[in-house]
Amino acid sequence: MKLEDFTIEKIKEGLLKKEFSATELTKAYLEKIEKEDKKIRAFLTLSPEIALKQAKEIDERIFLKKELPSLAGVPCAIKDNILVEGIKCTAGSKILENYIAPYDATVIRKLKEAGVVILGKTNLDEFAMGSSNENSAFFTTKNPLDLEKVPGGSSGGSAAAVAANFCVFALGSDTGGSIRQPASFCGIVGLKPTYGAVSRYGLIAFASSLDQIGPMTKNVRDCKAVFEVIRGKDEMDSTSLEMKEVNNLRIRSLEEIKIGLPKEYFLEGMDPEVEEKIKKAIKKYEEMGAKILEISLPHTPYALACYYIIATSEASANLARYDGIKYGFSIIKNEQRTIDNLLEVYFKSRGQGFGEEVRRRIMLGTFSLSIGYYDAYYLRAARVRSLIIKDFEEAFKKVDLILAPTSPTLPFKLGEKIDDPLKMYLSDVFTVSVNLAGLPAISIPVGKVGNLSVGLQIIGKPFEEEKIFDLATFYELSTSN
Amino acid sequence: MISKEKVKYIAKLARLALSEKEIERYQNDLSKILEYFEKLKEVDVSRVKPTFHPLKIKNVFREDVETKKDIEKIKKLIELMPEKKDGYLKVKKVL
Repeated sequence: MKLEDFTIEKIKEGLLKKEFSATELTKAYLEKIEKEDKKIRAFLTLSPEIALKQAKEIDERIFLKKELPSLAGVPCAIKDNILVEGIKCTAGSKILENYIAPYDATVIRKLKEAGVVILGKTNLDEFAMGSSNENSAFFTTKNPLDLEKVPGGSSGGSAAAVAANFCVFALGSDTGGSIRQPASFCGIVGLKPTYGAVSRYGLIAFASSLDQIGPMTKNVRDCKAVFEVIRGKDEMDSTSLEMKEVNNLRIRSLEEIKIGLPKEYFLEGMDPEVEEKIKKAIKKYEEMGAKILEISLPHTPYALACYYIIATSEASANLARYDGIKYGFSIIKNEQRTIDNLLEVYFKSRGQGFGEEVRRRIMLGTFSLSIGYYDAYYLRAARVRSLIIKDFEEAFKKVDLILAPTSPTLPFKLGEKIDDPLKMYLSDVFTVSVNLAGLPAISIPVGKVGNLSVGLQIIGKPFEEEKIFDLATFYELSTSN
Repeated sequence: MISKEKVKYIAKLARLALSEKEIERYQNDLSKILEYFEKLKEVDVSRVKPTFHPLKIKNVFREDVETKKDIEKIKKLIELMPEKKDGYLKVKKVL
């Protein structure tokens, strides 16, 4: 079996033609992971028992000639901040090192109903806070395209698992670029859906007004197939919405659409090699008939500061739940006799349980929300956020979709930015605006520099994922011949 | 540069026990990052309303009725508690 050739469609075909069983397929993937993940380290936890049980159920359905659900037998990996019942869910943190998920996230329930095989949980920056995977409390995942380089973050384990053919697709989560940037770094496809398109129930919260779960895949078609399964309103997440069924969202011909290039994204700071590939991809769209227009998103220079104030503020509140009392790491287990009051349990459990970057962000958020600073930091950022949203609304009056680079640089070296938090934050400069505005955006690979891959970002209007998939497919088809 | 006392105060609000060395490191890091945040002062926001949430939805209600209890799930949640007694969560004294 050539695992690198498998897509969702090919697996369905193979299963129906009895070229292989779901169990054989699952075993092949588990063996590959067993053999090759030692050098990449994409997985934090493997779940072979659950995977083989799920595969057996699919094989029984095939034997009984029952209809197969849409993702039947498709091996996948799940970012370790999404709960899968009965499996450890660490969020890449020591504070949840021994936490066994007591229930399934809504996306997991939906994937299970669609017949997937869950191979395991993938590595991430602690609580999804990071752009390189180096903030994981356990170990750093390496980029399968170049083992000296980071896979990106925070969904770096999921991106590496897909790129290394350890699974057919993976789920990630994206708060400020955490699906798109690692997808770009590892040369795969990653979608951050519209805020509210996918239920966040069972996703370990980082910044609740920004977080979204999305698919990471080898091609656009698979991305769409997984998105179709996981999207939709969920009564367990009151911020989730049903997408309207709109027929005119499909792009039949590129001649009928207008694509915007935000000039602020092409000013400075981009690697020339990245810029060249991005411009080449844009040219391709133009050659295929699309109308390309320069647009302006004037508040772009403020997006990163705005994002880091809002994200850290929300995180400081969300992470208050890790208190050493209800679940997770607790100091009382280690120093039972010496701890005698509640406050000490909080201080020491949190001080020792959280890693350096998570504590840094909790401190930043606490500062921005504290008396005397709230107006100048958090409230000001929330106002700037309105301006960033308005920029996009104005732009989308002129164009249907927006193209931009996903990352200003190629994947950087392990260790290169880890000692300078601000430098690391700058990796997210092209991705954070989309989260602030709640928009959908995909990253697709559009070229290679040596072994390394460059990702192009396609940004759409809220709930117009369909158009994004179509535009991405046009590019994919143009390069596959 | 923010003061060491300020860093200690923030750590206290955030319920984080930090060593002297960590306080120094965060004093340095936070100062640099907060300086970067100063950039937002260039924007005139005097007549702009804040956005706290990207969706234009509010007050999502549900019926106020008792929901079915999932005993197995409750057992699992209790199992995850670091300290418990007779099915209850146990905490250290407050004062």
